[in-house]
Amino acid sequence: MNKVYADARSALAGLLKDGMTIMAGGFGLCGIPETLILAIRDAGVRNLTVVSNNAGIDGVGLGILLDSRQIKKMISSYVGENKMFAQQFLAGELEIEFNPQGTLAERIRAGGAGIPAFFTRTGVGTTIAEGKDVREFDGERYVMERGLVADLSIVHAYRGDSEGNLAYRKTARNFNPVMATAGKVTVAEVEQLVKAGDINPDHIVTPGIYVQRLIHVPNAVKHIEQRTLRKRQPADAPAGAGVEV
Amino acid sequence: MPWTREQMAERAAKELRDGFYVNLGIGIPTLVSNFIPAGMSVQLQSENGMLGTGPFPFAGEEDADLINAGKQTVTELPTTSYFSSADSFAMIRGGHIDIAILGAMQVAENGDLANWMIPGKMIKGMGGAMDLVGGVKKVVVVMEHSAKNEAKLLHRCSLPLTGAGVVDMVITDLGVFTIDKKHGGGMTLIELAPAVTLDEIRSKTAASFKVANTLRR
Repeated sequence: MNKVYADARSALAGLLKDGMTIMAGGFGLCGIPETLILAIRDAGVRNLTVVSNNAGIDGVGLGILLDSRQIKKMISSYVGENKMFAQQFLAGELEIEFNPQGTLAERIRAGGAGIPAFFTRTGVGTTIAEGKDVREFDGERYVMERGLVADLSIVHAYRGDSEGNLAYRKTARNFNPVMATAGKVTVAEVEQLVKAGDINPDHIVTPGIYVQRLIHVPNAVKHIEQRTLRKRQPADAPAGAGVEV
Repeated sequence: MPWTREQMAERAAKELRDGFYVNLGIGIPTLVSNFIPAGMSVQLQSENGMLGTGPFPFAGEEDADLINAGKQTVTELPTTSYFSSADSFAMIRGGHIDIAILGAMQVAENGDLANWMIPGKMIKGMGGAMDLVGGVKKVVVVMEHSAKNEAKLLHRCSLPLTGAGVVDMVITDLGVFTIDKKHGGGMTLIELAPAVTLDEIRSKTAASFKVANTLRR
């Protein structure tokens, strides 16, 4: 069973259809599967429902699929950085379902784990809870949220082996490991492709059972949304210190 | 003299304790990290999947794979750990984070908080705010006391809520209030900024509040 494909187009062959639901990993532009997003644009499938924490920025990340008008609906927690998004939403061309970020992550985790629904305190007493089952446990009110699965998950990892085992780098992990569990098919793009056994089994974050196909993207372009810097000073600043730049 | 943004952040930092795990929101709350007392060990959680968030990088050392929840470049510390978004919010919703300091559009005397949408305007989304206020042990709001002469401390919020009965403390440029959200004890003014009078703060506050016997100024 070969999981490694030559490029994004061949890795997605036979998996794409109009109207499907796609989960796309990443937080902002960090850890996004941009090579796979570009291949979905080139494939031209339309009316997509995309589950992703954010919607990219204009022309970058999922902004690419907004520009090409392939997305019908976004399920996200924050989409503030994208002008094209605002334009299409206000024109009624794009649906949005906002989820609290933790609810979104847990819905995906639950979906991948075969859990159809769960209860959380998040959103109780807000519009998010409207029309949903609210129950009391141990004197606290909780709202029921549904597990979430997708026809296809696309994720970005730092290192992957031929078995589909994945490891991530720093905060580029974010939604990628949970989304890898919740796709009927999961396709990963990896910056370093190694042979099975070359990732310490203790360091594997996503076991290969969740990954059906992968591609090597050694030259993936990484974007920085907010480049914030500190000035060099003789003494080290305390933890977390900095001014907004 | 009302407090400046920095002084509000400095006052918020007084709520930190040694060993705390802390989540800071965007804006004035971010400045709180500049006022962590020397010798106090505090780990900053960033909800995109990081504990032990370090300062901004020096020029040339920024890393696209290393950002905070505001999508700003940050750095790693010896205490840093990374985890997925699901783990991050398990730690938030499971009550493991000691304190969240965040901004607000409106706060009501019963602890209701509104900070994510204005009807009729483009909605950007709530991000992790609803999870934070619903799950963290103590919620401190830092905000301007009023916006364009409209009170932000209200009897009831008029904007859609981020959380119902979730705020423990409000720090504004004029003073500090506590809210007894659990036992319905309402809002109490515990501190006034220098040279701010009770009359002034009353005239700019639509919420009902008590004045602490031990009011500090």
